[in-house]
Formats: sequence, C-alpha cells, structure tokens
Amino acid sequence: MNRFSYHRASTVEDAIRALSAEPAARIIAGGTNLVDLMKYDVETPSTLVDVTRIEALKGIGETRGGGLRIGALVPNTTVAYDERVTERFPLLASAILAGATPQLRNAATTGGNLNQRTRCYYFNDKLTPCNKREPGSGCSAIGGLNRIHAILGASEHCIATHPSDMCVGLAALAAEIHIAGPAGERVIPFADYHRLPGDAPERDNTLQPGEMVVAVVLPEQAQAYAGHYSYLKLRDRLSYAFALVSVAAALEMEGGSIASARLALGGVAHKPWRRAEAEAALVGRPADEASFAVAADLLLEDALGHEHNAFKIDLARRAVIRALSQAAAGTPQSQTDKRIA
Amino acid sequence: MPVHAIVGTQTVPIDITLNGESRSLDVSPATTLLDLLRHDLALTGTKKGCDHGQCGACTVLIDGHRINSCLQLAVMQDGKEITTIEGLARDGALHPLQSAFIERDAFQCGYCTPGQICSGVALIEEGHAKSREEIREHMSGNICRCGAYPNIVDAIEDVLVQRGQFMKEAAE
Repeated sequence: MNRFSYHRASTVEDAIRALSAEPAARIIAGGTNLVDLMKYDVETPSTLVDVTRIEALKGIGETRGGGLRIGALVPNTTVAYDERVTERFPLLASAILAGATPQLRNAATTGGNLNQRTRCYYFNDKLTPCNKREPGSGCSAIGGLNRIHAILGASEHCIATHPSDMCVGLAALAAEIHIAGPAGERVIPFADYHRLPGDAPERDNTLQPGEMVVAVVLPEQAQAYAGHYSYLKLRDRLSYAFALVSVAAALEMEGGSIASARLALGGVAHKPWRRAEAEAALVGRPADEASFAVAADLLLEDALGHEHNAFKIDLARRAVIRALSQAAAGTPQSQTDKRIA
Repeated sequence: MPVHAIVGTQTVPIDITLNGESRSLDVSPATTLLDLLRHDLALTGTKKGCDHGQCGACTVLIDGHRINSCLQLAVMQDGKEITTIEGLARDGALHPLQSAFIERDAFQCGYCTPGQICSGVALIEEGHAKSREEIREHMSGNICRCGAYPNIVDAIEDVLVQRGQFMKEAAE
C-alpha cells in the first residue's frame, strides 16, 4: 500500500472539498474493493476521504413521491433485509443476496457497490497492460483469458464487465442516483450512471471530478413489479462468485398477459445491460416461452463472443427465458436453494 | 458522536472497545484492523489467510456484525466495539459455538477456525439460516482448505437447535 493522507469528513460539503482538492483523492466507506485494490497497488490514492461519519448519507426513508431513498452509506445487508425493500422492491433484495458473502455485504455500502471496479484479471494485475488501469497501454483480455468478459457493448480498448449484482437489480427498477458535487446536486437516471468503455475505459461512470453519490432512490412506479420478479445468477460455483451471466426480470401481469416488463443482464457488459426494444416486445404478449425468446433475442442482438466467453451468448438467452418464466409464475429464484426451478 | 477533523499522513488517535476493554491507540492510516490486532496488539487468534477478503480467516465482529478485518482500516474504527475470537468466552466458559466446534471436531488444521467461529456466532445472531442449506450459504464467506464443512455445519446446527431457532433435520 502506498502512503496516503487520511481525511475524516464531517459533512458532504467537507468531503467534496477534500475530493476536489486532489485529483488522486478517493472516497472510502466500506473499503471492500478500494482497500483490496490498494494492496495490489492498482489504486494509489493521495488522500482517503472517510465519509462514514456523515449523517446525511445514512438511513433509508420514504420519498415524497412514494419511493424509497437509500443513503449511500447504507450497508448492502441492511438494504437486503429491510422490510420496505423486501415487500416493495424484492428484486433488489434478491440481487444483493446473490452477491458476495455476509461479511462483505455487512461492510459494503450502497454507494460503494455502484462504484466498485471490474474484476477483470488484467485490471487487477499491475504487471499486465490494461487500458482501464493505464490508458493507452492496451487490453490484455482481448486475445487473452476472457471467460468472464463482455459480450455486449465492449470496445476495441476494453472488454471488462461491471461486477455488481445489486446494480443489475437497480437497473431493472430504473433507480435514480443522487449526486452532490462542487456545482451542487443533480440526479442521474440509473441507465446513464455507468458508461460503456468506448475509447475511455478508465471511466466507469459519469461522475465528474469532485462529485459523490449521496443516495439511491427507488421510484414508486417500480413497486408494480413486486409480485413477479426473479434474479437468476449463473456462475462457476454456487455461492460467492461473480456472475458469468445474471438476469433481473420483472413483470407487471394482467391476467395471463404482460402489462409491462423490465429486463437487465449482469456479467455481460461494462454496465448492466438493458434494451428498450426487448422490454417493449413483451408488452401485451402472453407470458409464455415464445414471448420470452423474442425478448431474449432482442436483448442479445449484437452480442459478440471472444475466444473463451462465446458460450455466454446462449447461456444468457436461456437464462433470460428461465428468469422471465420464474417471474411470470411468481416463483423467484431462491438465493439459498440454488437449484433452478 | 462528534466528528473531529483529521487530516494527514501521521498516526491518528482512536478509541475502541476491544473484547470488552476500552483501548486508546495511535494508528497509521495504512494499517488494517487485521494487522493492528495481530502485530500491534498480539491478538493472533484472528488469522491472515488471503489478506484480500476472499477466505474469511480474518473475520471479527464489529459492533456485532461479522466483517473481514483485512479490508478494514484501523483508523476508521474509532468508536467501534470489536470482538475477536479471544473475546468470545465469558467468565472462563467457552461460547456455545466454541464448545460445539470441539464436540463436533469441526476443524482439522485449525487455521480457518477463529474466522469460522466468529462468522458462525454472527450467523446465529442474525437468525436468517433455517436449514442446513441456508447455514452453508450464510457461511460461504469462510473457506476451509481441510474440508471440515460437514462438521462445521453440524456445530452451528447444534447451537441453533439448542436455542430453539432450528428444527433438527434428518441426517443427510
């Protein structure tokens, strides 16, 4: 670990000032990803800005619009077992419990989960070229070991994936990210928070210098999906592994047909993958395998495999169909009994 | 609690409650909680396995929550209550899960055991595990290279049954 300076921030304004003062300053809260990356010398912050004492970032509360506001510091565990979440937004609770371990979920925060870095082997290994870690050095995953890498939205500069499960749930629920920065506060729709690598893979998201996440808001409208959802995660072992493919599926049913649908994929792109055409194709259709297959094909249109991950295209297609079937039946995937019903 | 402005690379004073005792310490910002416990305080019961949050050998309880101490900076623990394997026994009596680990022979080399027990103690308090399958899922953050898993699950199950949190299942 490099030598760094420690700044315990008392308010959001104090944190933003400290963050803006040095380009290499980093926010720390749960530490589960940042401390790990510092041990690998992948992150070498000049200052760590400890935001864990800031009251404004804590707690879960109702919004005036009937939604739920989750403070950036709320631990993943707290979100996953909060009754307001499990009753009104159970897809989010399920996605969180599909990820990591109890120890990590106890430490990891809502804001930190959004901002965690890719688990691409090469990003985490300082001895290899990586455009995300060191812009212009090249991508070792292209032509290298790329089993866990992207099949959608990648570029010639980077094929890393975003590792979060929570974010796949948030994408499907169309959460809002509330940001504070030197220029004041703003709100970013979830779909615009993370970005595709393009020619700037070093940028994971659309935060500007000096900005920080203060809260995630689950909109009232997303409660419509509480009855028909599933988070299905497929991985190399049954627990404590990152997704090869994961699916957040949410349906609003009217009799046997679909009134509205949300569909997001994890483990396949630089951000949770949604496509309006795939969701629109389900509206007004019967909740059957033929409808689900059409949506899966639209969601995976333009998917491109690499040497070791082309299997993910068919895996994702079948996982989408399965997750939508589970959602339609009202039998979401269990995150403890991993047999796939 | 009031937030005191702290800025700099020098050591920082922290006050923690460690296994029931108040401790005032000066820590460097780059010291992890795990290294503070093992190197500075000689509490070597907490083990360093992977040092990257992957194995669970370093699991301790912070304000009652199980946490990987290798990924926590000591400087951030000001005001926290920390319990390690050395702090689980009460008045000379082992914690029921410690006794259950001995009774069930739930270890071989023993290196992962302090982390397994701290994690299991928290699992019991959390109250989410209602079956052997759920015990296994909720213990997935603790790796055992010797493969003592069946006996670890037995030990945790015994304590859950003692506490009436769990109905004994037929042998698997």
